[in-house]
Amino acid sequence: MTTPLLEVSDLTVRFRTDTGWMTAVDKVSLQIAPGEALGIVGESGSGKSVTALSILRLHAMATTRLPTGRIMWGGRDLLGLSMRDMRAIRGRDIAMIFQDPMSSLNPVLTIADQIGETLRLHQGLDAAASRRRAIELLDLVRIPDAARRVDEYPHRLSGGMRQRVMIAIAIACRPKLLIADEPTTALDVTIQAQILDLLRDLQAELGMSVILITHDMGVIAEFARRVMVMYAGRVVEAAPVGGLFTAPLHPYTEGLLASIPKLDVDVRRLPSIPGSIPDPTMVIQGCRFGPRCPIIEAGCRQDPMLLPAGLEREVRCPPRIAP
Amino acid sequence: MDDAVAPRRRFRVVRKLARHRSFSIGFVIMAAMLIIAIAAPYITGLDPTAMKIRMRFRPPQGSFWFGTDQFGRDLLTRVLYGARMSLWIALAVALLSGVVGALIGVLSAQFRRLDSLLMRIMDALMAAPAIMLAIGLGAALGPQTHSVIIALAVAYIPRTARIVRASALVTRELEFIEAARVAGISPLRIMLRHLLPNAMGPLLVQSTFVFAYAILAEAALSFLGVGPPPPAPSWGNIIAEGRDFSVEAWWIMVFPGAAISLAALGMNLVGDGLRDVLDPRLKVES
Repeated sequence: MTTPLLEVSDLTVRFRTDTGWMTAVDKVSLQIAPGEALGIVGESGSGKSVTALSILRLHAMATTRLPTGRIMWGGRDLLGLSMRDMRAIRGRDIAMIFQDPMSSLNPVLTIADQIGETLRLHQGLDAAASRRRAIELLDLVRIPDAARRVDEYPHRLSGGMRQRVMIAIAIACRPKLLIADEPTTALDVTIQAQILDLLRDLQAELGMSVILITHDMGVIAEFARRVMVMYAGRVVEAAPVGGLFTAPLHPYTEGLLASIPKLDVDVRRLPSIPGSIPDPTMVIQGCRFGPRCPIIEAGCRQDPMLLPAGLEREVRCPPRIAP
Repeated sequence: MDDAVAPRRRFRVVRKLARHRSFSIGFVIMAAMLIIAIAAPYITGLDPTAMKIRMRFRPPQGSFWFGTDQFGRDLLTRVLYGARMSLWIALAVALLSGVVGALIGVLSAQFRRLDSLLMRIMDALMAAPAIMLAIGLGAALGPQTHSVIIALAVAYIPRTARIVRASALVTRELEFIEAARVAGISPLRIMLRHLLPNAMGPLLVQSTFVFAYAILAEAALSFLGVGPPPPAPSWGNIIAEGRDFSVEAWWIMVFPGAAISLAALGMNLVGDGLRDVLDPRLKVES
């Protein structure tokens, strides 16, 4: 493997809540190579978004204990950078797009203003140049009639269009890494496919790495090369997409895959995983998935480790890696 | 920047305002008053401070439409020139409290550590009734037009600051603020470019109401003797000087009083119209 673009090791993030400290992200490690597409999947509250926000050091200062671990980027640990240095990286080297395009744009500024803001900040363009560049970017994200659209306010654009604008803002400074946090969740299915296509094309064109966060296995299958499955703040399985879909190892992954509706099989009830994700403030002895697990055994009572299981694969499940 | 399409929305707001009945009425009243105030020398030709003792206490009649006061000064002239003073004070108070209040509001919304300090100061100012505060400040600063402006602005800053803060607190939780932070934009810039413009609607509406209150408050301060100093007329001090003769010469208090009511009414109508049109809930469906 080449030198990774981003290497996160043992990242732990803890939040203060009314009832005490909760661990939102528990010793998560990940690597991403230049130009690679990594998927992170898990249900709400599994810590996937917190992981992403932590990479950019964007958690609420008042309620977060300083994350521990290391986030290596270009030879520097992002966790040790000053806010000023961090701001220089945000938007220029690492960009991010969010779930809800309806609220991700400022309603009182034009599209040109909002794309231009990043360009002026990071590339020192003047107003005229940044407007020209904004039009190019809108063309690049396939917004028709870009020269006219650039002067509109967000409320005149549809959800899909706004997400394209968000992408245009994100790629404005040609970032090396784009973090897409549920970029298609709030969109119609047909628009979802278009946005994913667009992201894939842009990734190839600009040679950037993408971390795609989603709870939708279908999106992962289409987009990513490697997948990390998170559960209750931990990585439970990491594998190349092909292997994960054909032969999932962790019972949680199996459950996720089983609960995807299939067009060719007629079922009354979609299989679901019994129970729900544990309250993060509660301490569970041993495997976090234990209470919901169909194959739990004695070895699961001690905290299971994430262990290698075949080529480029890791899983946190003793029964499945027992010799 | 060339704005081929951008002004459209602004025009739409203007069109909506023009269709809004109470805004139109208020706007016409305020525009007329402003024009009259500016054109005062061309309307009367008299000096508002020129005394003619022989002409004292003339009731409204052909040559003195509004009558004369205890020094024989033409009341119409004084009311017209008083409009300059009163409207200027109201405008200055609205602008000053708007600018300072908005800054305090966004600062405390954006920099949470400043919040409790700034808001406790605002609470302290709000604990005293605005008019009491203004009287105290006016007395402390001395009898000048500037001290009236400062006193009233200080009295109205807390309310404006609270309104802007409330609006900015809602805005700062929206995703586009997070998106701006992700793009590496500094907190100060986020405050000025994202929080402040989004609070513009409530700020504008509040400022029009401050304008209306300030006209009334100027009159109250003058009445209590801490208004703009005579002999230069303001609506407030004309009434204040006429109050000893209110039984014999009712016109001295009635005409400036009517002007005050009309200006306050006009500005309130303008504020109501702005609120209707700029309310974000109504804006979404436009």
